[in-house]
Amino acid sequence: MDIFLQQIINGLVLGSIYALVALGYTMVYGILGLINFAHGEVVMIGALTALTVVKLLAGSGLPGPVIALVGLMAAVPVCMAIGYTIEKVAYRPLRKAPRLAPLITAIGVSIVLQNLAMMVWGRSYHAFPAILPAEAHEVLGATFTDLQVIIVLVAAGMMAGLLLLINRTRLGRAMRATAENPAMAQLMGVNVNHIISLTFVIGSALAAVAGLMVSANYSIAHYYMGFILGLKAFTAAVLGGIGNLAGAMLGGILLGLIESLGAGYIGDITGGFLGSHYQDVFAFFVLILVLVFRPSGLVGEKVAERA
Amino acid sequence: MNWNTLKHDRRTLWAGYAAIGIVLAVLPFLVGAGLGNAWLRILNFAMLYIMLALGLNIVVGFAGLLDLGYIAFYAVGAYLYALLASPHFGLHWPVWAILPLGAVVAGGAGALLGAPTLRLRGDYLAIVTLGFGEIIRIFMNNLNAPINITNGPQGISSIDPFHIGNVTLAKPLVVAGITVPSLHAYYYLFLGLALVIIFVTIRLEDSRIGRAWVAIREDEIAAKACGINVRNIKLLAFAMGATFGGVAGGLFASFQGFVSPESFGLMESVMVLCMVVLGGMGHIPGVILGGILLTILPEAFRHAAVPLQQAVFGKVVVDPESLRMLLFGLALIVVMLYRPAGLWPSATRKRELQGGSK
Repeated sequence: MDIFLQQIINGLVLGSIYALVALGYTMVYGILGLINFAHGEVVMIGALTALTVVKLLAGSGLPGPVIALVGLMAAVPVCMAIGYTIEKVAYRPLRKAPRLAPLITAIGVSIVLQNLAMMVWGRSYHAFPAILPAEAHEVLGATFTDLQVIIVLVAAGMMAGLLLLINRTRLGRAMRATAENPAMAQLMGVNVNHIISLTFVIGSALAAVAGLMVSANYSIAHYYMGFILGLKAFTAAVLGGIGNLAGAMLGGILLGLIESLGAGYIGDITGGFLGSHYQDVFAFFVLILVLVFRPSGLVGEKVAERA
Repeated sequence: MNWNTLKHDRRTLWAGYAAIGIVLAVLPFLVGAGLGNAWLRILNFAMLYIMLALGLNIVVGFAGLLDLGYIAFYAVGAYLYALLASPHFGLHWPVWAILPLGAVVAGGAGALLGAPTLRLRGDYLAIVTLGFGEIIRIFMNNLNAPINITNGPQGISSIDPFHIGNVTLAKPLVVAGITVPSLHAYYYLFLGLALVIIFVTIRLEDSRIGRAWVAIREDEIAAKACGINVRNIKLLAFAMGATFGGVAGGLFASFQGFVSPESFGLMESVMVLCMVVLGGMGHIPGVILGGILLTILPEAFRHAAVPLQQAVFGKVVVDPESLRMLLFGLALIVVMLYRPAGLWPSATRKRELQGGSK
């Protein structure tokens, strides 16, 4: 039972990070119908920028959370700028092109960002300084740290804020209108290009937060981390029903839970034949099952079919 | 057009074929003498990538099914060869048994993957195939315990070279008094098989099946209404594409003598997809061009990265490996921005784009 609870806690932490990244994918997909393959790299840049700032300030005697906040303040604008540039350079000129063309530019952007990061930060793994409270608490035999609580709370807060933004504000209404029908939104006086740019910028800001969370949680960051994280987050977005904000959150949490429970129990289930390094198989396998039986994702609405 | 000009055209056509044939035949000797054996190996890989790109072109280009896990079939072919012809299990099956078996197994895997994904479209299909590719790779990486099947991340080494009877391509061959070094011999083997695959895809394209694929790509519901068995035809596309991948994989294992899960990551799938899209989806000459360019370009950047920096800055400023990938990424973006339908698109596709429709 304590293992079960422990894996649930780990899954929730992992899941909230996935959910934040998945939101970036799903917002872009909802509006442009496009997989923003480079989103994982934005998370990576966010993580490394924040980490660099945190490392610089680590010896300054400031309290840990303040340092982390400063790191975040540095990472968010950087990521926003990158997100804005990606859209402007790689996607906007191709809006009317065949559907696979932006996918290829996205892959190109992803390769460019990865190698730029490798030039700036090198190939090595960077350790995240232990500045955040890491005290362990024990509940029913399972342990969790303050950091994990902070991650889950911040993620929940950001998601609530995003939902409010989308559902309650003028800007959110414009975004929903653009997702529904860009041409019609334009006629109603919405500046569609502006909205699309903003979508990328908001998604990238969330990515920066997620980047800091990942590197703090695993105490490590390097130039290749964005790839697999982006893949998982995209999986989460599809799992929930891509284009659907609530779906991305649900998918993220669910994927986190599935992964950690799968990793915790797969050995017992298969009698030791398969070990916890099959964690990723588990995630993808569940994804395939969900898609086969519910092709539009768990809470997906009727997604317009794009062949 | 009267008969005379047609006849004339045909004659120039054959002359063109003959010229290409001669160039292809002497190419390895020119490359080997002029640029060295490293480039000859790259040339051989270009042939393998052409086979892969043509296989994927059937799935993505003809049938319009976005497959991001295509490299899994390459992996299946390569590992099958590695397991059946290496000291790992002490098996040394002959090539003529393994390659067809690899084709069949990979084709079966393709159909197996296709079956549950028939209802999915577009991006959902992409992510499922991607997941499938990753699953295969993770299994290859971890199936070394408790029973050692794939030897895990270390991979399988000392795989038998391509050989038929006592004739092996690992040593220089003497054919009619001419000594053909091993790399050159592999080149001719790969070239021959690539030509077979090119021929098969060209014949497929205009066949009943090929037209059915295109019909499904353009409008699945209309295709169904026209009496096309969409399910079977889609499965056939997956199986066909996978078959080519399996054959190329077996050749890769025999050529390289070593396989490890590292060679079959998602980036490889993406690379093959880039070849298809960058070259011109669904257009065979375009896809071949894409395969050649994307094999050679990164290597050319690799060779140019160090001298270029020394010329500009007087020393090596950035890691050449990341510089070459950086340039490669930029090239992908620039080409797609200026030629969204690919470098050499088919005439119909070009027309569609100019017409402004999707």
